[in-house]
Amino acid sequence: MHKAWDDAAADRVLGAFSPTQDQLLPMLHALQAEFGWIAAEAVPILASKLNLSRAEVHGVISFYHDFRREPAGRIVVKLCRAEACQAMGGREMAEAVLAHFKLGWGDTNCDRSVTIEPVYCLGLCAVAPAALVNGAPRARVEPARLIADIEAMR
Amino acid sequence: MSRVFVPGDALAVALGADGVAEALVNAGAEIVRTGSRGMAWLEPLIEVEIVGGRVGYGPVSAGDVAGLLAAGMLSGGAHALFLGHIDDHEWMRAQTRITFARCGVVDPLSVDDYVAHGGLRGLKRALEIGYAATIEQIARSGLRGRGGAGFPAGIKWKGAADAQADSKYVVCNADEGDSGTFADRMLMEGDPMSLIEGIAIAAFAIGASKAFVYSRSEYPHANATFAKALAAVRATGGLGAHAFGPNSPFEIELRIGAGAYVCGEETALLESLEGKRGQVRAKPPLPVHAGLFGKPTVINNVLTLATAPWILTHGAEAYAAVGHDRSRGTMPIQLAGNVKFPGLYEAPFGLTLGQIVNEIGGGTASGRPVRAVQCGGPLGAYFPPSLFDTPYDYEAFAARDGLIGHGGIVVFDDSVDMATQARFAMEFCAVESCGKCTPCRIGSVRGQEVIDRIVSGENRSSDIALLEDLCQTLKLGSLCALGGFTPYPVLSALGYFPEDFQRKPAQNGGGLKR
Repeated sequence: MHKAWDDAAADRVLGAFSPTQDQLLPMLHALQAEFGWIAAEAVPILASKLNLSRAEVHGVISFYHDFRREPAGRIVVKLCRAEACQAMGGREMAEAVLAHFKLGWGDTNCDRSVTIEPVYCLGLCAVAPAALVNGAPRARVEPARLIADIEAMR
Repeated sequence: MSRVFVPGDALAVALGADGVAEALVNAGAEIVRTGSRGMAWLEPLIEVEIVGGRVGYGPVSAGDVAGLLAAGMLSGGAHALFLGHIDDHEWMRAQTRITFARCGVVDPLSVDDYVAHGGLRGLKRALEIGYAATIEQIARSGLRGRGGAGFPAGIKWKGAADAQADSKYVVCNADEGDSGTFADRMLMEGDPMSLIEGIAIAAFAIGASKAFVYSRSEYPHANATFAKALAAVRATGGLGAHAFGPNSPFEIELRIGAGAYVCGEETALLESLEGKRGQVRAKPPLPVHAGLFGKPTVINNVLTLATAPWILTHGAEAYAAVGHDRSRGTMPIQLAGNVKFPGLYEAPFGLTLGQIVNEIGGGTASGRPVRAVQCGGPLGAYFPPSLFDTPYDYEAFAARDGLIGHGGIVVFDDSVDMATQARFAMEFCAVESCGKCTPCRIGSVRGQEVIDRIVSGENRSSDIALLEDLCQTLKLGSLCALGGFTPYPVLSALGYFPEDFQRKPAQNGGGLKR
């Protein structure tokens, strides 16, 4: 889910934090939890709150894979690409899922229903391959089953 | 009525444990959500309290619940999924559970249950014997950093204790990014109180009143459980203004990363905690002298800190009595990938790699021959079965150009293409490089290109020499282990599996699997 940027809502979210630089990641997580992404409008607001340059704030947002600078789909699918999942067919699983939805890594489809993102380890390496669908963990993923479940959620 | 213990661990949840719990509750059973015992192939593994102990059933699906109850599960009745007493299970009995003694057994959110299972005795002892004797215990136990570097914990703690400053910090590195590892996650979900106690001991020992736990966004379940555990401890006064005695405050704050693997490197982690890009710092100064916010900081892995309470409770000698050579104590080994019996197996150092993979792990899940084993995460070497006599300890692995790292072991069968794995190591380094130093930032991209050329068959011998040369540059010229250790998987793949780099392009479809 994503929402359009809203200054008042952002202010409410950020009001819970003390204005020190070490709060920047918690603030960004909170904004993303509220809106589903970090809009460009957030940058000058955070910079002014924390007495940082806009470049510094932008540098932090763009450094971390988690922070989205555009809205994601309603269903966010994270597929593990790391070695333990590779050993159990993770590469083939990911290829099948990406091909079905005609998406590349990190892409969202046109109706904004599905986003597929790479993730490097979910700690489910003993029941690989693994995925996270809207935060719910999935183990021993069979591509056909996962695709059917995502289609049912669309 | 007999209580039923249902794992709430993310791995068990991924296999349907929430549905099992719901079915049990609907049938009127009293349930307790626990962590996981670590036998992943039997999850969801539920246990029932009967006269004489706890018996297990697994793997259980929600659909099995009615049949289990009809079979008299609540009094330990016979059923096809019956596993007997879990403590007596062959896979459990052979282990030495120190760090994971309570994991899967206790209610992770109950301070009373924690105390009933021996919790808080370590902190109590530390407060009695004082900070210097506490550090002496940790030093004499031989405990080394379980994050991967294996640095002696006692020396680190002493360094921070001796530093003069108006404030000091303990930072727990829970940014467990290595593929094939999940021990930190399991502990935070199954026995978070032992980590809280361990952090408290470290903080008391060095004179810190504030600690941070830096966890990963990829672990939403572990983070939720750990946050609840912190709240439960705070409610009893174990954290807060009088945690270490009247007006002797101590607080732990949970912080969540944002998907950057490099933040598992301690100095990048400190930068990230300060709200900056997770870029590696040059050392010196060491974090024990100038760490978080420039203050003396002990930064230790989850497992290192969670083992401290046991050492204080049972004494340094008891811990040092097990182990191998200079690697004392136990290692929670994490068996993953293509292995028949995956899971967490805690054992003293010194088992051979072959014993771990073939005897404990039971070989591959696919039933095909084992071809390669990656030890120590994405920066660890690929070992062929010809090195299965290597004892599991820090020095023995280093002597064979490998590392045990955080204890992950990923098994591959003979369908693996090692040139593809080598290329992935370079790709992963490129994706996750913090960009601070050139060998890692640019060398990893060049490394992918060189491997692509080798596989495509042009100029093979000179490109192999170039790849080896590039790996030396990464090894010697990088600031941290990301660039410095990426050569391990690449060179071990090239050295032990050269045939995978020598195929005719037609045989591999003209390129690599991506």
